[in-house]
Amino acid sequence: MQVRRVGERALLVECADLGEVTATYAVLRDRQAELAVTDLVPAARTVLLDGVVDVESVAALLEGLPPQAGDLDPGPRRMVEIPVTYDGPDLAEVARQWSVEEAEVVRIHTTTEFVVAFCGFAPGFAYCTGLPDALAVRRRAEPRSRVPAGSVALAGEFASVYPSASPGGWQLIGSTAIPVWRPEAEPPALLEPGTTVRFRDAGT
Amino acid sequence: MPGPEQVAAAIEVLDPGALTTVQDTGRPGWAHLGVPRAGALDEPALRLANRLVGNQEAAAGLETTLTGAVVRLTRATSFAVTGARCDVHVDGRAVGWGATHAVRPGAEVRVGPAHEGVRTYVAVAGGIDLPSVLGSRSADLLSGLGPAPLRVGDLLPLGPPRRARHGSEAVPHPPRGILRIRLGPRADWFTTAALEALDGATYTVSAESNRIGLRLAGPVVARARDEELPTEGMVLGAVQVPPSGQPIVFLNDHPTTGGYPVVAVVVAEDLPVCAQARPGSSLTLRVVR
Repeated sequence: MQVRRVGERALLVECADLGEVTATYAVLRDRQAELAVTDLVPAARTVLLDGVVDVESVAALLEGLPPQAGDLDPGPRRMVEIPVTYDGPDLAEVARQWSVEEAEVVRIHTTTEFVVAFCGFAPGFAYCTGLPDALAVRRRAEPRSRVPAGSVALAGEFASVYPSASPGGWQLIGSTAIPVWRPEAEPPALLEPGTTVRFRDAGT
Repeated sequence: MPGPEQVAAAIEVLDPGALTTVQDTGRPGWAHLGVPRAGALDEPALRLANRLVGNQEAAAGLETTLTGAVVRLTRATSFAVTGARCDVHVDGRAVGWGATHAVRPGAEVRVGPAHEGVRTYVAVAGGIDLPSVLGSRSADLLSGLGPAPLRVGDLLPLGPPRRARHGSEAVPHPPRGILRIRLGPRADWFTTAALEALDGATYTVSAESNRIGLRLAGPVVARARDEELPTEGMVLGAVQVPPSGQPIVFLNDHPTTGGYPVVAVVVAEDLPVCAQARPGSSLTLRVVR
């Protein structure tokens, strides 16, 4: 693995693609206690190790590991199903971008197996991968000043659910009543990195 | 009127000044869920204040911003003020900064504007005992987790004091206007000339700075690569360079990920320099290995 130094107490592992990020994160997460690392932060092409007690040893260990191929079986994953009411204000826009009927957007969204690649933007906001590149969605030209919590959304190659009300530029295709962010729960985020996600049409 | 023994031990906020928040040592360990670490910007100062009143070092106290704050302590207790130097008055009487003071029930504690630095810390024996969120009582001004910035009339419950301790200890000198940084992780995204110029470069602290980031104005840190950096995890003290070329040092409420390259990271020991850098003041960068 290629590893970059980040100050005194952190390391950045570089990955070829999101699949490798997810596989690398799964491997490191299993060994987090042994590595003595406070935070493991997957992102688009990297996994950050922050609060590393012994940076030199961990760096040497990581550099000795082979790249984690994304197609390796990462072992059993958490799986969640999210019921969605497909009534989003941008459902028609996504159908237009994909050149399909709205019902086909729903079919694609409910038959794709998504995986949470990483979180960011807000606590519990998950970037779920699984859409083919050809179905990447352009963001809204004008972000909304307020997107309601529970909005089911698409942007770029990612799907997500807004964990709390916030401004946002993603295309909104529906909504869910299931809370994805509850700070008092364990785990506080329903959509942790590595979780498999299936969206289900709540209307059927 | 209830007798003093029936009054709950609390801090009553009489005037929060420009911005006063509850802070402990934050909530690291949740960055993978997009949760900022938060916590006292000048953590050594908060730890010192807690030691002075016999608290655990990581207990929750108050962090004021430039203008100070006024509070009432409902029960007989002790408190200490550290961080940015300021005048401190108890019931109108001047007392020392950086020392422990015992007070009567109902005492009014006035923390004056900072003479130098930005953030003053107030620890009270027992510590602030608000419910913790993800293991911390810190206000996080990016995500809104933890207690909101304080308002007039807020009552902050105090925990039981651990042990009486009166006295003082050596308080650190105010940090000087030098910020040590280590290059990386994305130094290779910048020109060699820009990296060389970074060592010794002097920047002005922007008034736009806050608990999320310290914004610096000065020499442009020129990029050698134009493409977009895929979003990646960010650390406390990361020196991120947006397209303007004007660096932003990520402080405790920083987003957990970011899409601009990080040219360097502030040496952990110098984070209090960032916490106490006043808008309009100068900071000179020193590249260390």
